[in-house]
Amino acid sequence: MLKKTLLFISLITLTFSVFGQDIPPRPNPPKLVNDLVGNLLSAQQINALEQKLVNYNDTTSTQIVVVIVNSVEPYDMNTYALELGRKWGVGQKGKNNGIVLLWAPGDRKVYIATGYGMEGVLPDAYAKRIVDQVIIPRFKEIQYYEGLDAGVTAIMKYASGEYKAEPRSNGGEDSIIPILVFFIIIFVFIYVSRKGGGGGGFNSRGGGGLPYSTYTGWGRSSGNWGGGGFGGGSSGGGFGGFGGGSFGGGGAGGSY
Amino acid sequence: MKRTTLIIVVVLALFSVYGCSSYNGLVQKDETVNGSWSKVQTQYQRRADLIPNLVNTVKGAADFEKETLTQVIQARASATAMNLDASDLTPENIQKFQAAQDQLSGALSRLLVSVERYPELKANQNFLELQAQLEGTENRISVARNDFNDTVKDYNQAVRVFPAAVFAGLFGFDQKGYFEGTEAAQTAPAVAF
Repeated sequence: MLKKTLLFISLITLTFSVFGQDIPPRPNPPKLVNDLVGNLLSAQQINALEQKLVNYNDTTSTQIVVVIVNSVEPYDMNTYALELGRKWGVGQKGKNNGIVLLWAPGDRKVYIATGYGMEGVLPDAYAKRIVDQVIIPRFKEIQYYEGLDAGVTAIMKYASGEYKAEPRSNGGEDSIIPILVFFIIIFVFIYVSRKGGGGGGFNSRGGGGLPYSTYTGWGRSSGNWGGGGFGGGSSGGGFGGFGGGSFGGGGAGGSY
Repeated sequence: MKRTTLIIVVVLALFSVYGCSSYNGLVQKDETVNGSWSKVQTQYQRRADLIPNLVNTVKGAADFEKETLTQVIQARASATAMNLDASDLTPENIQKFQAAQDQLSGALSRLLVSVERYPELKANQNFLELQAQLEGTENRISVARNDFNDTVKDYNQAVRVFPAAVFAGLFGFDQKGYFEGTEAAQTAPAVAF
């Protein structure tokens, strides 16, 4: 009995120690290029890549996020990229058009994870092709930025035309409706409580409707529009935020 | 007299309101489980659909060992023959379903290991991409299985906790089965000092 208990306890501690490393939290402010190692890309290179991805997000709503972590141990690349994509909510809710390009220099591995909605345009075989034929050959020659940049370009090439950003032409309309509903609810509450005269079993609580109106800024709002046309590069806009897309385990990777 | 009737009416009303809400909650959870089950099935089906392609590609390689191939084909046949409806997810049925699928997983991994001895296959672009698709499908299967287990856990909890359990029994909501870890994953790695 004691032996069993001891075994159980040691098993539990083992499980905890195995899963000790956590998936990094969603970056705040949200970024599409997340270098959590530090010295592999220059600030200029990160900016260029970020700009490219932000522009792509603005025109297509497809979110490609580049994440560099030293090592994914004890997970495997697929699980790590999937969990990260789900936790951060890469891609738009409903479209699930997110892609995580994960690079673990400590493990010498690269992985492309595709959201549910991207599995059609970027099947695993293509993801594998991009990793093996585009990224890894450049990584082998220590051209890290070139590898990532070419990889991202290849992903964009496959993914182009699948999704379009939905411009919020009438932003005001969207935000007025919840407020209107809120006021109507309050109105009804006040009316009912007045009529009841306070004598019945119900207490009038005017604020009852409040919790339902919490509106978080996460969504498909991509704050900035880089003017007209593609590839302006001068928009200088930031990334609006992740959209809450989900992942189902699709993707492929390789090691170099 | 009037007072007691009132109390009885109120209690009955509360009871039925509670019953309704817990029934609706159970239906919702049941549907979530059904949804995640259909995802599991989709992914297994996807794997089954990939296998004929794989077998044909491998067959083309000179004198590829017949036995490994027939094992895969047979395991695929028995796995696809096993069709489990979402309304029938008892622990025993899940176990049977998993056993059939795990047999196919085993046969497939043996096939992929033996491919290592055929360099012309490993250089074959078609085969490499099939392999990538197969790996991706295995990943998707494990994700779908995990998600399914999560929803079943949620559902089973709702079915078993006390007040709701009464209604669950009344309306015939039975517990559902989980996917267990495979044997290979269960045997802890031996640590030698």
